[in-house]
Amino acid sequence: MMEPGYLALAAPLLHLLAFLILALVAPLRKAGRAGAFVSILCAAGALTAAINAWRAHSGDQISRIVWTWLPEQGQTLATVGVLADADSTVMLCLVALVSLLVQVYSLGYLHDEPKPALGRYYAYQSLFAFSMMGLVIAPNLLQLFICWELVGLCSYLLIGFWYQKPEAARAALKAFWTTKAGDVGLLIGIVLLYRQAGTFDLTELQVLVANGALPLAGLSIITFCIYLGAVGKSAQFPLHVWLPDAMEGPTPVSALIHAATMVTAGVYLLMRTAWLFALTPDVLLIVAWIGALTALLAAIMACVQNDVKRVLAYSTVSQLGYMMTAIGAGFAGAGFFHLLTHGVFKALLFLGAGAMIHAVHSNNLSDMGRLARSMPQTAIVFIVGTLSLAGIPMFGGFLSKEEILGAVWEGGLVGPFLILMVVAFLTAFYMFKAVFLAFFGLAPSHAPHPAPSHAALSHPHDPPVSMSLPLWVLALLSMAIGVYFTFTHPEPEFASPGWLMPAAVGVAVAGIGFAWLVYQRRVISADGLARAFSPLYYAAENKFWIDAFFEKVIARGALAFSRTIAWLDRYIVDGLLNAISAWTLTAGDDLRGMQSGKAQDYVYGVAVGLLVLLLWVQFA
Amino acid sequence: MTGLPVLSIMTWAPFVAALIVMFSARHRPLLVRWVSLLGATVSLVSSLWVYCQYDYAAAGFQFHEEFSLVPSLGISYLLAVDGISILMCLLTSIIIFAGVFASWTVKQRSQEFYALLLLLVTGVYGVFVSLDLFILFLFYEIAVLPMYLLIGIWGSTGEVRPQGIFGWAFGRTGVGTKEYAAMKLTLYLLFGSAFILVGILALYVASGSQTFSFLAYEAIDFDPTLQTWVFLAFYVGFGILAAIWPFHTWSPDGHASAPTAVSMLHAGVLMKLGAYGVVRLGLGLLPEAAVDWAWLVGAIACINIVYGALSAMAQTDLKYVIAYSSVSHMGVVMLGAATLTASGLNGSVFQMFAHGIMTGLFFALVGLVYEKTHSREIYKMGGFGTMMPGIATAFTIGGLSSLGLPATAGFVAEFLTFLGAWESNYSWWLFPAVFGAFLTSVYVLRVTGQIFWGPKSTDPHFQHLPDAKGTEWAALGILVFVLLLFGVAPSIAIGPIDTATGPLLQRLLGQ
Repeated sequence: MMEPGYLALAAPLLHLLAFLILALVAPLRKAGRAGAFVSILCAAGALTAAINAWRAHSGDQISRIVWTWLPEQGQTLATVGVLADADSTVMLCLVALVSLLVQVYSLGYLHDEPKPALGRYYAYQSLFAFSMMGLVIAPNLLQLFICWELVGLCSYLLIGFWYQKPEAARAALKAFWTTKAGDVGLLIGIVLLYRQAGTFDLTELQVLVANGALPLAGLSIITFCIYLGAVGKSAQFPLHVWLPDAMEGPTPVSALIHAATMVTAGVYLLMRTAWLFALTPDVLLIVAWIGALTALLAAIMACVQNDVKRVLAYSTVSQLGYMMTAIGAGFAGAGFFHLLTHGVFKALLFLGAGAMIHAVHSNNLSDMGRLARSMPQTAIVFIVGTLSLAGIPMFGGFLSKEEILGAVWEGGLVGPFLILMVVAFLTAFYMFKAVFLAFFGLAPSHAPHPAPSHAALSHPHDPPVSMSLPLWVLALLSMAIGVYFTFTHPEPEFASPGWLMPAAVGVAVAGIGFAWLVYQRRVISADGLARAFSPLYYAAENKFWIDAFFEKVIARGALAFSRTIAWLDRYIVDGLLNAISAWTLTAGDDLRGMQSGKAQDYVYGVAVGLLVLLLWVQFA
Repeated sequence: MTGLPVLSIMTWAPFVAALIVMFSARHRPLLVRWVSLLGATVSLVSSLWVYCQYDYAAAGFQFHEEFSLVPSLGISYLLAVDGISILMCLLTSIIIFAGVFASWTVKQRSQEFYALLLLLVTGVYGVFVSLDLFILFLFYEIAVLPMYLLIGIWGSTGEVRPQGIFGWAFGRTGVGTKEYAAMKLTLYLLFGSAFILVGILALYVASGSQTFSFLAYEAIDFDPTLQTWVFLAFYVGFGILAAIWPFHTWSPDGHASAPTAVSMLHAGVLMKLGAYGVVRLGLGLLPEAAVDWAWLVGAIACINIVYGALSAMAQTDLKYVIAYSSVSHMGVVMLGAATLTASGLNGSVFQMFAHGIMTGLFFALVGLVYEKTHSREIYKMGGFGTMMPGIATAFTIGGLSSLGLPATAGFVAEFLTFLGAWESNYSWWLFPAVFGAFLTSVYVLRVTGQIFWGPKSTDPHFQHLPDAKGTEWAALGILVFVLLLFGVAPSIAIGPIDTATGPLLQRLLGQ
């Protein structure tokens, strides 16, 4: 068996190869589908390599290979390489799997794209997969940061893929700037940590921590700064604002980047450095509370959305909050477990939503309805995803979600625990709201909004095989995970109380039942519900004014400030210079007047000069 | 001196090409370009040869060439390079090589244009390879003066409305015109070189020996009080060329008015002369004063970074955005030098290189965009990405390097500087520096998004724009390639830099 490290390295390098081919061989890129096949072929190879790396890896064995990247005074300042262990290889598999499926799916979804645009899309996809995998296998914080920025770049490029749409162009910028703001923190954290520990290497850092050799003074600031990076990338309050807007990108991109992989990078980072965060319980407490708050706010906002992708986006934010809370409670394993299962079923949900959007040419839930009849396959897989998200036994999210709740309870965080229970209810509610509105209930012709394209609406149908195949793979995988963990309970890091599991499932079922009453049976009026919670509803519709705060206060303030600085530069700093020049010119003009050419003027001058001299000699 | 005088060849090849252009290629525009290209190629090959042949294990100054010019005063023609100058020569070669291609379309009096450009480059090479301070100063002046004609004749004029309490002076000085920009730049830089000359002469007198040799001065421990004042003179004198705040205002006007290749050379290479001067003469000869003044140099650098970035954000003229971004990025160079740490110094020199390439790329692109659209007004353009995907991609890569995205040269430089800043005695420098990098991402992407990756402009002039073609690709291709190469494999630059910054650091801290 090959060294797992090399296998793990092969996966990103294959994607890099695909990217380089597509970037450099212009005819292939402009050929569209031919380029796509190159990319998919490499992605398939990468998946094989990743699975083999995962299988080759056994137990606690760690395969670490590093090369010098940045020397300094004959020493090594920074390395690049691969750190293949249990966590990184399984994450690698997730990334490889979802990116392969998304690339296949995109063949169908972006069927109508112009050829060069399609080639560009696949180049970005390959670059993303390469960077994400590089992040996952990073043996040190610097490589992690490098790839962290690169995935951010790919996210920017792919959100703005339809850049002629103003909303998409804006959303891309918003995503980049918001995450970059968090990255400022991460970068500072890494620089500070390097000063404290003398290394970027995760393994060496871990040894330092284990030996108690890492000075604790100021460590809270460092871990907090690192956490800021995760806040941006993993869309935690208050930097979550970019993720819902990121839905302007193509749906497969949302599935891959903004649900399954990139947005979980923050959670992954915290999991990778959990031993470091364990030294700073105060920061962990912040992580947990912010996580719970994020989960709650996002769940509330998801309830009032009518755009199916935005429902899923807020749901992602909310679930990321879940994972963060578990990490904050000190059980990073639980958070990581949920990350993996969530990656599978959220990708499924997004791809399913993509199939719906593809069929009805609208994101809006009110333009859908009774799709279960015309798109039975999509309905089945979407419901599988929804049940997984709700955490129903036999489905993907079961156990991972319960484990998070157990972890938070065991961590002694009663407040966040209660919040997460409420969120569990809301999650089941808003997801089944979407299911009932889209697949059952009333036909769209009865909906208040007129449908945009009746021709398309009259014949919605299940997607072509390139799209349905990935859906089924993910649905079956979700089921398999669910069934497996329902019957074989792995040993958890902690023993959660016996009442917890039934309570969690009960809350989810209650959420489903409530959604059924409101949106299927309509015994409770949705409008009445909105009125009953009117302040909250109003606030949620306005996204709790967080977006507005960033746009109206921060962005405008910064722009106004920059204009002031530029004005000062032009008219005061440089103005003074101009004034000095002008004075010099004027002085020259004036002094020229003294050169009158008349002898008597000069005699006067000499006389006055003499007088002054004499006086000076006399008195000084 | 053994073997081929490769440094002289590198330095004088553009000069010889300039002579040929002036005297034998008259009125044959294509020949002018080929001769210039040949001159640039000779220099490029020489600098690559030096880069490869330099003995990294031995380090120090190598490829010595020396002969006495004025024995009575101790002036001699003394050339040699160390790790820093190798990299700077390479930078100069790449920029002029690309610059020759970027000026391919100059129509007006092109032989004079090329001749002046090449003359200027000779001056630049001369500064980087001279170890005799008198000769260095001569080369420095050669590098600065052709700028006046290049901007004054081939430049472009903008418009600035007078405002504020000094508004009355605007009409008097002609703010906004190319003549104004040329005059301002030249006077300002000459004002700076007066300080440099005073500094050099002070050292000459204080050394008590009849020599201007850098190597001789390096061995002398100058009196601390003298060091203090001479360092300040060098800092202000060279600093003006490196656009330190508040002496930076010549740079936006100059860059905005200058023609494409001149902006490339000026922002790409000439501003590095200033930073190089501070590092070589200031840090190298006056280590005690350098330690004493580090607080000032670093603090001003931090102002440069943030102030430049904020000013860039508010600009509506594309050239001014790039020009102010240079002010901001030169702050990173100066900050790295002020940290007096291994990482910081490496970062500083790396940033000189990285910024040279990226700003060269930017000005080449701005020139192309202007040539095709006849506009520099950012907010009138829009959605050019579909029409000129090549230019758009190159611009985006330049922008990403500018905001310090990993896998581009800009990241390595900034990251090293950040490390150094935190390790230095004034660790707070880290925060404005990182904040400045964030601001850069805001204005660079805002501009890129507006011009290229956004909804299409409805202006009828902008409906059918061609992408780059032919020779235009050459400049872009070279610069983008270098930018990415040095970002992915930074050790190819850190190798030479390390050999020079190590001994420099020992001198700085070993007192």
